[in-house]
Amino acid sequence: MAKNIPPVWNKIAKHAMLPETTHDERARYNFLANLNKHLAHVSQGNKIAYETRVEPKFEKKHGRAIRDTKELGQEIAKDPHYQIWSSLRRSTMEMRQQAGRSIVLRQAEALRDKARTLNAGKASLVLDSNCEIPAYLLAVDNHLMPGSYHTELIEDDVTPAANYDSGIFVTTAGLLGRYNDGGGKAITNWVRKNDPNFNPKRILDIGCGMGHNVLPIARAFPDAEVIAIDTGAPMLRYAHARAMDLGITNVKFMQMDAAKTTFEDESFDWVQSTMFFHETGGKSIYKIMNEVYRVLKPGGLTLHIEQPQYTDDMSLFEKFIRDWDALNNSEPYWSKMHDIEPLDLMKASGFKEEDFMQIGAKAENDLDDGSQNAEEPEDHGRSPIWNVFGAIKN
Amino acid sequence: MIDYIKLASSKSKGKRPYFHDDPAVERVLNITMAVAGELAVMRERMDSIERILEKKGLVLREEIENYVPDSKEIEEERQTWHSEYISRILRIVQQEMEELENPDKSIEDIANDINEM
Ligand SMILES: C[S@@+](CC[C@H](N)C(=O)[O-])C[C@H]1O[C@@H](n2cnc3c(N)ncnc32)[C@H](O)[C@@H]1O
Repeated sequence: MAKNIPPVWNKIAKHAMLPETTHDERARYNFLANLNKHLAHVSQGNKIAYETRVEPKFEKKHGRAIRDTKELGQEIAKDPHYQIWSSLRRSTMEMRQQAGRSIVLRQAEALRDKARTLNAGKASLVLDSNCEIPAYLLAVDNHLMPGSYHTELIEDDVTPAANYDSGIFVTTAGLLGRYNDGGGKAITNWVRKNDPNFNPKRILDIGCGMGHNVLPIARAFPDAEVIAIDTGAPMLRYAHARAMDLGITNVKFMQMDAAKTTFEDESFDWVQSTMFFHETGGKSIYKIMNEVYRVLKPGGLTLHIEQPQYTDDMSLFEKFIRDWDALNNSEPYWSKMHDIEPLDLMKASGFKEEDFMQIGAKAENDLDDGSQNAEEPEDHGRSPIWNVFGAIKN
Repeated sequence: MIDYIKLASSKSKGKRPYFHDDPAVERVLNITMAVAGELAVMRERMDSIERILEKKGLVLREEIENYVPDSKEIEEERQTWHSEYISRILRIVQQEMEELENPDKSIEDIANDINEM
């Protein structure tokens, strides 16, 4: 039996908004998930090439060690193993986008109509055509997703979200679970375990995207009023329709910029974000954290699931390879966010050092049937292992 | 209706990084990998067909060998498939043209821009 085979795509949970797929489209996703998994193994060769070829060659020539990740990048760029791995990984990500878009764009109207039907007359979807897309989102298509989260190719388009929803399975090789909600589930369980008496009445999720990770929170606290905001209307239309179909009715999806929300001061018990801050910008990140502080009640909780931080004991090589996705899979702000300490970010908004917390989290994966348990190399930038930082506001 | 075939293969913002000394290598590699993918897709489909036929006791290999389209509709269906197929495997050429038409900043430059936003 082969080790570590990813689950087949059709294992993911079906709901009314999930795009229809043909036999070949599913097969294409299966191929790409396997290719991603394969390349995580090929990536192991980069470290070997670095230690046995790149580094010794540099030291021999210059009589000193490589100084920083920039220098490392220039040197390793000449290495043939790094070259082939990089070009294959880039190509795989582009193919993943092509595969997803070719599924959703051919049925753009049908998906839009499904969302319209599920969303019709519901007060829990609030779109605002005056909401401006932040400049940093207009500057880049994060993770090579043409048109990003906001572009509408047809009126009331939902295809950016449908593409994201159907294809995230490929990028993570199925490690986020049937509903791709392994992050939301993990954080919900952590919160419950740490404070079994925590009973939030109002919860805010910022940068909710298509709602993958806010729904487990809403399900765990059915009496809470949950508000999920995003600037991308296609994401919100899809997120709301998906939540309706999944029978979750206590989430209100609103189009709003997290840097300037319209909520009252001290009006939330819990403010959450998941895989959000690394797709913002150098000034906005502080503005958004200020908003988090402002809308949080005294005694309220805020948590942010993010990519693993750099640590001091990380080798130069490890820092370099962790940043590969940031530049070559177009998540540019991620390469800059490393320079900000989460504690400093939170302190700048008024949170106190003694109230700060930082934990590690791993996705809860209901797709794991044991075939995933074998030793696996970490797929830098893709593995569902995260850093969670946050605080209680006091 | 939108041109879903062309749009599916569009390029994302930012200058595309190339990793090989000669960009031609990258181009050919991308085409080859896409073809490899389509071969895998076909293999999965054949596997489905063979299993279903086997289950039903209906393996008509000769009939498959001799088949040609017998209606305009089928002919067009097949040709559309080819069109979509070619666009998929030649994605990188389309994207290089898009970059030529619309030269982009590097992601590093964009990161610096974004850092000021
Ligand atoms: C990577 S997605 C995260 C999706 C979601 N949290 C999840 O876990 O699946 C980032 C989302 O943040 C949204 N976003 C970025 N900046 C924002 C802002 N200032 N205000 C609201 N949403 C924002 C984007 O539109 C995008 O949908």
